[in-house]
Amino acid sequence: MNWDWSYAFSLIPRILEGLTITLQATVLATVMAAFVGLVFALGKRSQNRVVRWAFYWVVEFIRRTPVLVQMYFVFFVLPRLGVTLPALVSGVLALGLHTSAYMSEVYRAGIESVPKGQWEAARALNIPPLRLWIDIVLPQALPPMIPAAGNYVMMLFKETALLSTITVLDMMGTARVIGNETYRYFEPITLVGLIYLVISLPAAMSIRFMEEKISRNKKMLR
Amino acid sequence: MVLDTKRDFIVFDRVEKRFGELVVLKDLSLSIAKGEKVSLIGPSGSGKTTILRILMTLESIQGGHVYIDGEPLWHMRQNDDLVPANEAHLRKMRKQIGMVFQHFNLFPHMTALENISKPPQLSLGVDKASSEKRARELLDMVGLSDKEASYPSQLSGGQKQRIAIARALAMEPKILLFDEVTSALDPELVEDVLNVLRDIGRSTDTTMLLVTHEMSFAHEFSNRVFFFDEGRVIEEGPPDNIFTTPKEERTQAFLKKIIAAGMRID
Repeated sequence: MNWDWSYAFSLIPRILEGLTITLQATVLATVMAAFVGLVFALGKRSQNRVVRWAFYWVVEFIRRTPVLVQMYFVFFVLPRLGVTLPALVSGVLALGLHTSAYMSEVYRAGIESVPKGQWEAARALNIPPLRLWIDIVLPQALPPMIPAAGNYVMMLFKETALLSTITVLDMMGTARVIGNETYRYFEPITLVGLIYLVISLPAAMSIRFMEEKISRNKKMLR
Repeated sequence: MVLDTKRDFIVFDRVEKRFGELVVLKDLSLSIAKGEKVSLIGPSGSGKTTILRILMTLESIQGGHVYIDGEPLWHMRQNDDLVPANEAHLRKMRKQIGMVFQHFNLFPHMTALENISKPPQLSLGVDKASSEKRARELLDMVGLSDKEASYPSQLSGGQKQRIAIARALAMEPKILLFDEVTSALDPELVEDVLNVLRDIGRSTDTTMLLVTHEMSFAHEFSNRVFFFDEGRVIEEGPPDNIFTTPKEERTQAFLKKIIAAGMRID
């Protein structure tokens, strides 16, 4: 097996096109996870026992089954039930939902890190529920969540490679198509791996940097 | 129960408070008039703080009734019955009450000014300009005008507590509750906070309830003192009577201990 530089270079434009799909999917699924994860977290805190119980099991179900199975279900099984979605939408839904389940735990930890005295002060000041969350709880709960949430986004970024199994032409999908056409997998797959690495490494480092900064801030606040 | 709304501004009528099996208040009845400055003293665990927390709606009650200005706090009138209060009723009642906590509970992500000006915006819908104007007046009153842009983490305990008092005042409550507001402070910072309380006591007719271990301040500041033990009022009266000629044995024993610990009660 030998590496062909000129062949590898000729693939870069197509693979970068795939990268835009990968990034799109990552951003969309992240946005979805940020919102749905919060809804899951709030649902699991509901006063109503039935609601709490329902959210608990939905989240458990999503977390305890493989994301690939969920993705296949949305793309291949839902059409049988009359719901046909484009491949990228199906993939983003499955990835976003899966990440939401994990994000709900991150939110839970963040919300629980807000001291009891803050809730009591807000109650004593008669702050209405929506403002309580927007102005008092979330501004304090979100910063300590950043490292854990960041790690889930990075996992998500790498998991978008699964989109290639439901016909999406993300980076990995593009590389597989190229391989099918030319029977040369070495260059395209290696390039894809390298691009993932080039993006993930600095992202991981900046998350670690933020983590340190936050724990320093926390010490200062005490 | 017939209430004289002038004399009976705050009424506890046979109130019971339990935490599971533990009975904290049992058949507690007391009544406080408008504008009174009342100190609640007694050993820790005697239920004094619980009384403030019930008034602030931070703790519910398991029996009896609490009235504020003739209106039930933890119940609502429905036809001729009293039914347990819903959140809307509690919100309405809470408007009249403010609380200052032992550990300040300032919002750490807001500046001193925002801590005072934001709550009226969020809960009363006061506009930003007038709530900030009021907040600056209150900062001036507690002697911290130069700290308006500081975050709580940059303030001393005494400064934090004075901001917390200003925050409670900004809501213009008719009743102010002070829960051991100097207990978490270094001794040299206590006097600054007590001075602010003296100011409020002199300049407003706000009804004030203090849970405190500062006996000398309670003596000087309040017009009435309640001595609690094991969830009951053991003795109540003007501070001179309680502190110099206590009738009950338990009150005498408690004050003896306080004096033995080196605290002044006069």
